[in-house]
Amino acid sequence: MSLVMIGLEIHAQITVLETKLFCSCRGNYRDLRPNTNICETCCGLPGTLPIINKKAIEYSTMTSIALGCKVPDKIMFYRKNYFYPDLPKNFQITQYNVYGFSSIGVEGSFELDDSKKIRISRIQLEEDPGRINYLEGDMNVRNSALIDYNRAGVALIEIVTEPDFTNPKEVRLFLNKLSLTLEHLGVCNTLMEGSVRCDVNVSMKGGNKVEIKNINSFKEVEKAINYEITRQTSMYNRNIKIESETRHWDDKKKITYKSRSKEEEHDYRYFPEPDIPIIVLGHNFVSNLKVHMPELPSQRFDRFVSKYKLSEHISDILINDKKLADFFESTLKIYFSPVEIANFLITEFKSMIEYDSDSTDYLRNMKVKPEHIAELVKMIEGNKISRITAKDILVKIFESGLLPSEIVNNTNSFKIADEKILMDAVESVFDTEKSAVEDAKTNHETINFLLGKVMKFTNGRADPKITMRLINNKLKKPNA
Amino acid sequence: MSGLHNLLAHEVVEGIKEGLFTAEEYVSTVIKTIEDVESKLNSFITLDTERALSSAKLIDRKIKENEDIGYLGGVAVGIKDNISTKDIRTTCASKMLEDYVPSYDATVIRNLKQNGAIILGKLNLDEFGMGSTTEYSRYHPTHNPWNLDYVPGGSSGGCGAAVAAGECTVSLGSDTGGSIRCPASFCSVVGLKPTYGRVSRYGLISYANSLEQIGPICRSVKDIVLIMNIISGKDNSDNTSMSSSQITINNKLDKFDIAIVKELINGGDHGVTGTIYSTSDKFKEIGCTCDEISIKNLHYALPSYYTLASAEASSNLARYDNIRYGFHLPIEEYKWDTYFSNVRKNFGEEVKRRILIGSYVLSSGYYSKYYLKARSLRSLLKLELLKLFKKYDLLIGPTMPILPFKFGEKIDDPIKMYLVDINTVIANLAGIPAISLPVGFSNGLPIGLQMMAAPFEEQKLIDVSYALEKTINIQRRPSLT
Repeated sequence: MSLVMIGLEIHAQITVLETKLFCSCRGNYRDLRPNTNICETCCGLPGTLPIINKKAIEYSTMTSIALGCKVPDKIMFYRKNYFYPDLPKNFQITQYNVYGFSSIGVEGSFELDDSKKIRISRIQLEEDPGRINYLEGDMNVRNSALIDYNRAGVALIEIVTEPDFTNPKEVRLFLNKLSLTLEHLGVCNTLMEGSVRCDVNVSMKGGNKVEIKNINSFKEVEKAINYEITRQTSMYNRNIKIESETRHWDDKKKITYKSRSKEEEHDYRYFPEPDIPIIVLGHNFVSNLKVHMPELPSQRFDRFVSKYKLSEHISDILINDKKLADFFESTLKIYFSPVEIANFLITEFKSMIEYDSDSTDYLRNMKVKPEHIAELVKMIEGNKISRITAKDILVKIFESGLLPSEIVNNTNSFKIADEKILMDAVESVFDTEKSAVEDAKTNHETINFLLGKVMKFTNGRADPKITMRLINNKLKKPNA
Repeated sequence: MSGLHNLLAHEVVEGIKEGLFTAEEYVSTVIKTIEDVESKLNSFITLDTERALSSAKLIDRKIKENEDIGYLGGVAVGIKDNISTKDIRTTCASKMLEDYVPSYDATVIRNLKQNGAIILGKLNLDEFGMGSTTEYSRYHPTHNPWNLDYVPGGSSGGCGAAVAAGECTVSLGSDTGGSIRCPASFCSVVGLKPTYGRVSRYGLISYANSLEQIGPICRSVKDIVLIMNIISGKDNSDNTSMSSSQITINNKLDKFDIAIVKELINGGDHGVTGTIYSTSDKFKEIGCTCDEISIKNLHYALPSYYTLASAEASSNLARYDNIRYGFHLPIEEYKWDTYFSNVRKNFGEEVKRRILIGSYVLSSGYYSKYYLKARSLRSLLKLELLKLFKKYDLLIGPTMPILPFKFGEKIDDPIKMYLVDINTVIANLAGIPAISLPVGFSNGLPIGLQMMAAPFEEQKLIDVSYALEKTINIQRRPSLT
């Protein structure tokens, strides 16, 4: 079945903020005992008033600029009224686009690839609710639920797209690019638990829109959409009408299920928040931010290609992992050899860290620092060690944190360029590999086999260039 | 020492400083007065006399040790029970906050305490400030000290009655649509609703945020100035607060141009109308001019006010769900799906009415029909008033078009009750300052003069009030024995 329309509503916490959106409680509520990161204001005690975090306005504006949105001269906040136990005031302070006022960003567009753009309908700044910990069992049967308000009041950016996606792959691509952008802006560390959430709406063949809520990581989004497309397709094939409804994603069972009907009947009774006067941003605000805001991934890509002369492929790999790209540039500051360093990082280096990349600070906690890589690459280029040795040394750096020169000295692993020593090695290989030597006289590929044997014989320290010459010379001799 | 409870705030501070009496003697006299009359008046919801007495002793110790006691050193203050006081229960006269003890002080309370004021207790009001008589209090109505069969006005009725009867020397009330000025008028005391933003609202339990202000209710203009200078100013905890200059007591009066607003005075009680007109003659005596003018958009004020106030209230009061604080509730009876509706049955009838109205005018399909229209009318009225203030320094009329009335007289008809606020809501809609000054009696019941000025022109209100207060020497103390 064709003609799938998918739209996204993404909530990203501004994790970089020290404090919550309207009070001075900590922005990072993680790993704290329940209800210890709270104050009168974020608990909504009677008489408290919200005081807006100005940094949150800056970060949400940067996000709007990065997603091609218009940013208005004035913004205001609205109340969205609904009852839920995790919402301390029983209304959420958010933004709303109506009656001449708009949220922090509107009418944007974000490039997916050369041929497709996704329209952004709006970006708004709002507060996160607390969290309810349901004890085991069904909501209607359970006797109690525990509420933790540590998260209540954390700054959230809501990004709403038009239903421009036609398949789950586009969604994945978009979310990857969006994460990268948020990370480059420093707005959101998307790897932190619960820092990004996504609601998805899916409709097929112009049918009713089904909203899927509660998808708590970008990884799950594609699965939820696939499930929903399969579900709707099978309903369509059996002539069952698809109702407009809200469904939830169960990330344990990997299915969507229908929510209680009440959630669909909400009238949120939006009206302007009287406790936060209209905020005038002014013309200069946006232009100043544009000058001072961090480089976006696309700008960085262009710079890597033009300034460092990296291939587009390599630039792409680096930029898709911001921490690796940062590591790359820190290394360049110590030893400027962009192509060699980039190559080393995306091959040997990356292969060693990849399995561990779920942890948010994987580069910071490592013993390997840019200093190590700079020195290592310098040694390779100076012909002091072979690439194979470099790989071994890297393993040792990962373990010990010692500098490459120290490791080389300790293990005596400088490259062997002494022709006499190398000749001895070649000769002993020729002695043991007689049939290969015969073969090598006619078959060029076997020469590489012999080279490998010499490398092994010397623990990878043989200079391959010299060794190759010695092998070739010896093969040409009639008595070989 | 008897009679200390009759002193004005500045007299109390001077007396303590000069050693005429101790703070303890004075506070004890005030507490004695409360013991004598409280059973008749019911001004207080919560008394904190023990802590008040120990605070008084602290002031006396400071005097002994020659330390500064502050501008309000020793003065016994009553606080409307919708202003948050740390460690003193703050109920809003509602079942919903029966057991609520704030963990923090409102900014105004912090200011008072820093200046040596002594908090005596929390004063009665209509539930969440919604009402004009205190009949909507969960803790029984307050009685008018001038005639116990009559209402004291509202919603800050406890403030008006307590100050008039000497149960406290000054009080802080709040005014959303007249809640300071109405009881000031009905109890023959002075009440000021400041310019919106002059006084921090942090800690004032919101009824309608865009309309309300905290303000003083006192027995003299001088005391109003004393309190205002302590509670005014920009507060980092309130985005809508602004800095302002100090108010002073001036003995010389500028020549002000004053206008009586026809719509405010016409159709009022004859006793009231007559007294206001004869007061306006006094303006000429003190060197001011007095015209009579009309405000074109005035008839929109009341519907606009009740639409906006109810809308904001419906959202502000949503948080009272008894999950985090509130009152004792056996949880077993409640189920997930019915919890909110069950618990919120505990609001009083008038509060429920306004929540319903407010939810209605904000709901989709009615928002532009009611809420937005009310906002436009509010701007229209404000513009007209600001234009008038280019020509006139003050706009005046009776605070209340009628005299205090008997209990039960209007409680069955909400519209009749809402009409009582017709003269006062204007200042809240426009965010301008307004004062109610006692100017006489009719049938033994008090009459208040309301004066309004342009934003942050409180000084003009004070100048004229001070001059009038000296000219019109009216009886200030009801006899309650």
